[in-house]
Amino acid sequence: MSQILNALFAPQFFSSEPVHAALVVGAVVALVTGAVGVFTVIRGQAFAGHALGEVGSAGGSAAFLGGVNPLWGFMGMSIVAAGAIELLGLHRPRSRDVATGLVLGAGLGLAALFLYLDSTSSSTTGVTVTILFGSLFAVSQPMLPSIVTLSLIALAVIVVCYRMLLLSSLSTDLAVARGVPVRAISAAYLVIMAVAVSLAAETIGAILATALLVGPPATALRLTKRPGGALVVAGLVGVAAVWVGIVLAYDSFYWPPAGHGWPVSFFVVALVFVFYLVAGWVAAAAQARRIRRVMAAARVAASGCEPHVDADAA
Amino acid sequence: MTDPLPSGGDDEAVLSVDGVSVWLGDREVLHDVRFRVMPGEFTGLIGSNGAGKTTLFRVVLGLQASSGGRVLVGGHPLTRRNPIIGYVPQKVFFDPDMPLRARDVVGLGLDGHRLGIPFDWGRRRQAVDRMLEAVDATRLSDARVGDLSGGEQQRVLIAHALISRPRLLLLDEPLANLDIVAQEEIVALLGRIAREQRIAVLISAHDVNPLLPVMDRLVYIAAGRTASGTTAEVIRADVLSALYGQHVDVLRVHGRILVVAGAEGSSVTVEEKDAGEVGPGIVSLR
Repeated sequence: MSQILNALFAPQFFSSEPVHAALVVGAVVALVTGAVGVFTVIRGQAFAGHALGEVGSAGGSAAFLGGVNPLWGFMGMSIVAAGAIELLGLHRPRSRDVATGLVLGAGLGLAALFLYLDSTSSSTTGVTVTILFGSLFAVSQPMLPSIVTLSLIALAVIVVCYRMLLLSSLSTDLAVARGVPVRAISAAYLVIMAVAVSLAAETIGAILATALLVGPPATALRLTKRPGGALVVAGLVGVAAVWVGIVLAYDSFYWPPAGHGWPVSFFVVALVFVFYLVAGWVAAAAQARRIRRVMAAARVAASGCEPHVDADAA
Repeated sequence: MTDPLPSGGDDEAVLSVDGVSVWLGDREVLHDVRFRVMPGEFTGLIGSNGAGKTTLFRVVLGLQASSGGRVLVGGHPLTRRNPIIGYVPQKVFFDPDMPLRARDVVGLGLDGHRLGIPFDWGRRRQAVDRMLEAVDATRLSDARVGDLSGGEQQRVLIAHALISRPRLLLLDEPLANLDIVAQEEIVALLGRIAREQRIAVLISAHDVNPLLPVMDRLVYIAAGRTASGTTAEVIRADVLSALYGQHVDVLRVHGRILVVAGAEGSSVTVEEKDAGEVGPGIVSLR
């Protein structure tokens, strides 16, 4: 038993402080991005989510320049970007895409400037990699309470606006007819998405944040047809990807070339993608099983042995 | 209600549209529209694409300001999110990956505008089950909405609109993109709902024929102008020619109606024996 454990978990995995912090932060952030991301996917706003993450990197790099934790930079800049998209983007989906693209371009320009200043002022290139691609093991312990609090706030907003979000994601016309303040809900959602993406940027990096925002929810939508279920499954898939990713990244320190651990963000994103593919196979297999059952029932009914019809059909 | 032009007060009518005009930019899309919808009555709003049907619905829903005239819903002036009105918009398309079952969509018709998550699970579930049964969609309850056919989705949307117990049900082109069998089923269902629940049904369509079996009155709309009355009063060559501003012929074949742009002066009106009497009813037409 302990041999299996040793094979799976590298020495000192469970006693390492950075690992503890990474496990906690990763799980909390995955739950939030999972719940928020379900709406990102069904509202078709993956591009906006991605843009908010990347524009956040301008804030993250500026914060680093000012000696502030990057999370606050990510979040401030993402929320500003969300407001800009909401103000520039008119009601039509296409002009919204254009507004998102414009904000993304302007934000990345700022990021290029700040990242350049970061690397010249600290004479390291490490900061660029950390901002863009994250470093879960480097999340500082003092940030833990802030991350958990922000996550809880985001989740609370999702729960409070749950039905309005669901209806307006289903159809704007239906929501308007039901009296949902569609504009306000859309703006509130964009801000919550900015918060979620910033949390994801802090853990797996600004560029890879979309993977956590879109991947687990897309996986969940393949596995469940219940709205509440989708939020929970997306959260759990995200937690699985982050935790397994952390274990593998820790183990990889002992992989060739020895002495260089692989980035944890790589494992997380790769696992998210693998889970999505596997969910597709699972869903297809379940579908095939349902079809076989219906056809078998139809055959039995056609052959005229009524008494046995409902045995399999149910 | 047998009176071709209901003379009852506005408080009797569920919907009373009186001389409504709408300008969008420098174009008048609705001109002096007037008609009335009574409780339990099935009214068709008939017109081609772009005639102004959706604009008229938006006026009734309080989403579009009119530049003249008066609209009373349930005897009261317009408000947004009027609880008296149930609405089925046109072209609602459910993506196959939407994580919603038919029962979830119907439930959102009950409380989709509320904050928080629903707590009275039992009562909510009962109400949803009853509603799905009322539209013959019980077997669809737990199916993913994106997997349903067009007609089945339409049933679910009707249940979504009905569960809040409206007195007026507005449906914008619910028969578009449905096959003939599904069209017949939806029309029969709506006719039954109007009769049994005394709900006024106002349905827009570009073809009058699928509605003929259940329609009490119709509002014909062309280029923003309307004529209203019973089918026999409105679907006539002279009335429609005046409405279109050019000569049209009305052909009745086996109880079906064809409205065709005719050559000048060739007024052909083929009357089937069972097509109903053509009364000399007064038609409000400007």
